[in-house]
Amino acid sequence: MAMTLTQKILAAHAGLNAVEAGELIEAKLDLVLGNDVTAPPAIKVFEAAGLKTVFDPERIALVPDHFTPNKDIQSAEHCARMRRFARDKQLSHYYEQGEEGMGVEHVVLPENGLVAPGDAIIGADSHTCTYGALGAFATGVGSTDLAYAMATGKTWFRVPEAIRIQLSGQLKPGVTGKDVILHLIGQIGVDGALYQSLEFTGPGVAGLSMAERLTICNMAIEAGAKNGLFPVDDATRAYLAHYAPERVAKNDFTVYEADPDARYARTIQIDLAAIRQTVAFPHLPENTREIGSFDPIPVDQVVIGSCTNGRLEDLRLAAHWLKGRKVAKGLRLIILPGSQRVWREALKEGLFEIFTDAGAVVSAPTCGPCLGGHMGILAAGERCVSTTNRNFVGRMGHPKSEVYLAGVPVACASAVLGRVAGTDELDA
Amino acid sequence: MSIQGHVFKYGANVDTDVIIPARYLNTAEPAELARHCMEDLDPSFISRVQPGDILVAGANFGCGSSREHAPVAIKASGISCVIAPSFARIFFRNAINMGLPILECTEAAEAIQNGDRVSVDFDTGRIENLTRGQTFTARPFPPFIRRIIEADGLMGTLRQLQGKGE
Repeated sequence: MAMTLTQKILAAHAGLNAVEAGELIEAKLDLVLGNDVTAPPAIKVFEAAGLKTVFDPERIALVPDHFTPNKDIQSAEHCARMRRFARDKQLSHYYEQGEEGMGVEHVVLPENGLVAPGDAIIGADSHTCTYGALGAFATGVGSTDLAYAMATGKTWFRVPEAIRIQLSGQLKPGVTGKDVILHLIGQIGVDGALYQSLEFTGPGVAGLSMAERLTICNMAIEAGAKNGLFPVDDATRAYLAHYAPERVAKNDFTVYEADPDARYARTIQIDLAAIRQTVAFPHLPENTREIGSFDPIPVDQVVIGSCTNGRLEDLRLAAHWLKGRKVAKGLRLIILPGSQRVWREALKEGLFEIFTDAGAVVSAPTCGPCLGGHMGILAAGERCVSTTNRNFVGRMGHPKSEVYLAGVPVACASAVLGRVAGTDELDA
Repeated sequence: MSIQGHVFKYGANVDTDVIIPARYLNTAEPAELARHCMEDLDPSFISRVQPGDILVAGANFGCGSSREHAPVAIKASGISCVIAPSFARIFFRNAINMGLPILECTEAAEAIQNGDRVSVDFDTGRIENLTRGQTFTARPFPPFIRRIIEADGLMGTLRQLQGKGE
């Protein structure tokens, strides 16, 4: 029976020759992830159940990133509990502040070589779907599912059907993967892919960098999708050779392909060349407008970073647009490198000097303001252009604040001009 | 198993950030989370909700984060059941795992109004609007989900199994 790419990976992990949409399966997992918000409740459940050992200390990643460096006593207690558990169970992939490999979970896991094509991954974080960029099946779950998976290395899934996103053409300069996914969410809505996979395919894939694919898959959940998924190509292999040389050397991954006659719930065609710089207005990621189609909106703060856009490529892009320019008077530009590795590379490449000259503040790697944790909370009535993934009511602070989601170029132009703006409006 | 209560009705895409804002995620204590439940959508919710009351909402309830704190906060606030045309998938999973009954029923979610008194029978999926004399049928839970709800969540079923020495 013909299967989608997601179905191929799930069937292999369930030990079945074939699966079909709607089927309930139990699947073996290659990697299980938790963070400082979701792991502490999972650990509590794990211990309350009298469990003593994890299924494999090499296949559990615990990443303190949401409220770190610890923002208050309660957060510190949560991180301490996670740290004790990681040490007690001798987990290989626990990353402390400042350590090489530390940072925002969905930035560091691929960078640390923990994700490869064909993997099945769950994480107690909704943006776990990011890893689909590397041809892996990855989806978010809650803390109780995390506890069960840490103990058994398994979980149950309902096999999803897929929406096929057929990409053609090439992005115009200044337009990024973020604009692609915002455009798609604007088109199908925040529940447009509910319970389904978003499978990207077509000749347009080859022109998208891995950073752009990671951004696109990261926000699959914002369309309600279970996972987002790209096919494996030369760009994927080059990424793996750089970040996951051990798995490449051991040939420790499997490349699956969707069957040519696989059935899809629907197919959506996107011409990448037709996509323009896009912004999602408050308070849903589906409220998208193209730059140039609205009246000026003054901005108080701009945030560049997060699991969506905190990679080295994003920081290079920010430096490109900020070089020789100044942040608008009275506006705060906060830049959060996504990982210690990104931080070090950005420093080495001189990007921080460009940011500092422009009048930006550079933070330690953290999720921080994205979820209204710390490092840039908004007051009532304040507006923020952010390269993060959600603009719900109260997401970055006061319930009467507003978040406008955008890609890095729009964030930079907005920081310089003091209003929601595209790069076309910047002086040459 | 059946419940009865007054309805709090909200719109579509009620997200996990309004169910329990992330600024309160530095705790995982149910009673503390409940104090802030729905705070950014309806600040008066927590002072008005009574044990047994029912949430009715539009499509895609619980969209956003994977935080299990969301169904925990709703349950600890006293809400006995959520009825909506559809639920975000991680919320759906978490609600079952936490023992918070949720029912997908478009007709009921549309017809039931704020303040109505409603009863729900989880065994049959029957939803009765006692205020308006209307009846709806949702797909009832399969037996294994009913066992999870009755055991107060997935871990409750594990404790029951251990209690029986299985």
